[in-house]
Amino acid sequence: MKQHKKGLALWLAAILLLLAGALLTGSPGRAETVQEAMRDAVLHDVNRVSLLGWKAVNPGLISAFLVTAALLLAAALIRLFVIPKFQYIPGRLQLLLEEAVGLFDGMAKGSSPHRYGFVGMYIFGVGCFIFVGTLFELLGVQAVTIHGHAITLPAPLSDINAAIALGTLSYLVIISGGIAGNGVKGIGKSLKEFSLPISMSFRLFGALLSGLLVTELVYYFISLSFVLPVVVGVLFTLLHALVQTYVLTMLTALYYGEVSEPDHKPKKAKARP
Amino acid sequence: MPLNIDWQQILLHWMNLAILTGGLYFLLYKPVKQFMEKREEHYRSLDRQAQETLSQAQEKLSQAQKKLDGADEDIRQSRAKAQQAVQQSAEEQLARVQAQAQQILTHARAEAEHDKEEILRSSQRELRKLAAEATKRLALHRDPFDQFLDLAEEEARHEER
Repeated sequence: MKQHKKGLALWLAAILLLLAGALLTGSPGRAETVQEAMRDAVLHDVNRVSLLGWKAVNPGLISAFLVTAALLLAAALIRLFVIPKFQYIPGRLQLLLEEAVGLFDGMAKGSSPHRYGFVGMYIFGVGCFIFVGTLFELLGVQAVTIHGHAITLPAPLSDINAAIALGTLSYLVIISGGIAGNGVKGIGKSLKEFSLPISMSFRLFGALLSGLLVTELVYYFISLSFVLPVVVGVLFTLLHALVQTYVLTMLTALYYGEVSEPDHKPKKAKARP
Repeated sequence: MPLNIDWQQILLHWMNLAILTGGLYFLLYKPVKQFMEKREEHYRSLDRQAQETLSQAQEKLSQAQKKLDGADEDIRQSRAKAQQAVQQSAEEQLARVQAQAQQILTHARAEAEHDKEEILRSSQRELRKLAAEATKRLALHRDPFDQFLDLAEEEARHEER
């Protein structure tokens, strides 16, 4: 019992010491005001990162490449070492993989029963990208800007270019479904939903950006850097990673199914005398 | 461009997404889906086999039931045949026995008739002999009338016997 009390006292003392140290040390001074930080989080026009010395790009693009590389590496390792050992009675990892594939495959089949092979593949890839890409900001991977500052790489979709790319690509996939299912009529059907690329892009951008802004705001003030980031940084990020993944994949599959569904025009019945 | 929209970066994002989608499809989605389909097919074939075995068992059961029903009918028919055969055999035996009895009776009657005739013949022979003896005695020794009466009495006794 005494030992427990001793341990607890030591723990509390260590916390207080660290807090006092953090407050007394002070920060080296802010590089930017909160307005600038917010503006840059939205526009990414100041803290840009060099893409292999070729071009200065938004950090979101670097994040996107890193996420893709990580996902493909993980997929290659799984393909080489896990999938050949699959059993009819699955283990935990196999169950997780089957659940992930089954989820997107089932979503594609359910939303677009006539034509689901391609859309299943697409929403699986995009779903993985959104989910892992959103969680990527939790890792706090550092990069150096073209001005020599260190920044934390944000979620890829907090960059408007990534959100527009994903929204427009999803719309193109939907149009391709319309053409495959209904030919020229399919294009007309798909073009009726002309607001889709904008709504999908800005929904993603808005959702991810709001998370980013709140996180930026929290981390901007040192007094908010204790306890609160656990809730804001981890739980909110996890939650909106799931929600955004589900929303975009579900919408894409749903519209794809709608435009690719073959027309069933009733044959004109012969008029009886 | 407003909001720092950069078409070149958008195209780079497209390329990135195309690589990711294709890569994930070939490395993860397709093999896992194939495995799931293979397992589904395996369990479906097991189910099919079980159904086939079940239907075979049911067919065998119905055949056995039919055989059982047929066996009852066979038993009934066999029993009827056996009864008929037994009855026929009994009738034949009875007829044979009756014929034998008839034969024995006929034979016995014939024997009896033959014995009767034999006895009659021997009696007649004896009578003739006695008559001859009586005639001889009458003629030689005694009053012929008395001897005749004695012989007659003796004949009557002999008849009674």
